[in-house]
Amino acid sequence: MSEAEAVRVIGLWASPFVIRVLIALKLKGVKYELVEEVVGKKSELLLRSNPVHKKIPVLLHHGKPISESLIIVQYIDEVWSSDAPAFLHADPYTRAVQRFWAQYVDDKGTDDGGKDQAAEQLSAALQLLEEAFVKLSQGKHYFGGDSVGYLDIALVSYVGWVKAVEKIAGVTLLDKAKVPNLVAWADRLCTHPAVVDAIPDADKFVEFSVTYGSFSKPIINGPK
Amino acid sequence: MAGEKKQGLQLLGFWVSPFGQRCRIALDEKGLSYEYLEQDLANKSELLLRANPVHKKIPVLLHDGRPVCESLIIVQYLDEAFPAMPALLPAGDPYARAQARFWADYVDKKLYDCGTRLWKLKGDGHAQARTEMVEILRTLEGALGEGRFFGGEAFGFVDVALVPFTSWFLAYEWFGDLSVEKECPRLAAWAKRCAERPSVAKNLYPPEKVYESICGMKKRLGIE
Repeated sequence: MSEAEAVRVIGLWASPFVIRVLIALKLKGVKYELVEEVVGKKSELLLRSNPVHKKIPVLLHHGKPISESLIIVQYIDEVWSSDAPAFLHADPYTRAVQRFWAQYVDDKGTDDGGKDQAAEQLSAALQLLEEAFVKLSQGKHYFGGDSVGYLDIALVSYVGWVKAVEKIAGVTLLDKAKVPNLVAWADRLCTHPAVVDAIPDADKFVEFSVTYGSFSKPIINGPK
Repeated sequence: MAGEKKQGLQLLGFWVSPFGQRCRIALDEKGLSYEYLEQDLANKSELLLRANPVHKKIPVLLHDGRPVCESLIIVQYLDEAFPAMPALLPAGDPYARAQARFWADYVDKKLYDCGTRLWKLKGDGHAQARTEMVEILRTLEGALGEGRFFGGEAFGFVDVALVPFTSWFLAYEWFGDLSVEKECPRLAAWAKRCAERPSVAKNLYPPEKVYESICGMKKRLGIE
């Protein structure tokens, strides 16, 4: 089995959950193969690899499947523990805080309250995350401090989507006046070599939502 | 005294909450002493609101005054902050750890919500909830496999995540007109096995009490 064949990701470019797995692998310098699903048609491989939820992403490591993006990111951190700085902090309390906010991000990110509500809820959530950033970064560049960490990976994966919501709903969410630290963080992290190729332009996300109707359902639920 | 942080471990909980019980079981499994503070959820305390300002929910663990929120995050925190045996998540096996996290997450995503629909809804909604409940229990039984516990020989993370819901099985049976013993004999046997552990016996309420409390909730919500 070639190096790339040992690590495969079943996913879709537009899914923030898939994006975070790709970023995690790139940060660790792990070669992988992306097996792209077709929207509207779940592959045999996906159904076999994640029979419980039938959703992307799935990481296949030497054929063994791991599902749920944050669980996959932790798995990657533990398997490739000697590559790149650890995603999760060494201190148990800081880890608990990182996990809390990553879960918060997912609770808000998957809240399908319709376009207008989505913008409002996102705005409130971003305010809380701005405060969390100030506390956790301790003046450094990332939620993880000096290096890109678990929470950075969890949150940045939504940025393409957030920018698309800004275009569609005609609102500014990443508002320099309201969340200056998050804006600076997003700009900085989106140009990071491990991130820049994983997150396409906002226009692509807008196009995706126009093509597939409902804004978030195809992404959240994966291909039907 | 203002500004003085209480030392040691405290748990803010609500007596019948399975999420709080997970934490109590984990604390006991780890042999840790703690102060339990029963919360009045109709009239939330200053302490709770200060400790969990984002969600205002129990359980909250306070360790030397620092709050950890979300039951599975609390359990992982206890496992990591107090690494002396027993390890609740299997040490040194990233794949096994990922599987454990997956199944604990499955319990979180599926069980409580389905159980709630079982006692809240009537007609088609109720019928669907019943079908789903059977599927969930069967899926969990599949994950259990032939092992004594979900992690194999040792009581671990998934067992802690699921066992508080065993006091709700009777309620599911009565509201759903189903039999856990009949549908999932191995899961029923696992529940009996867990009930023999001091940490579980001490912290779970009799199923009849849980059923009573649900009936109370139904009355308060005006549901027949």
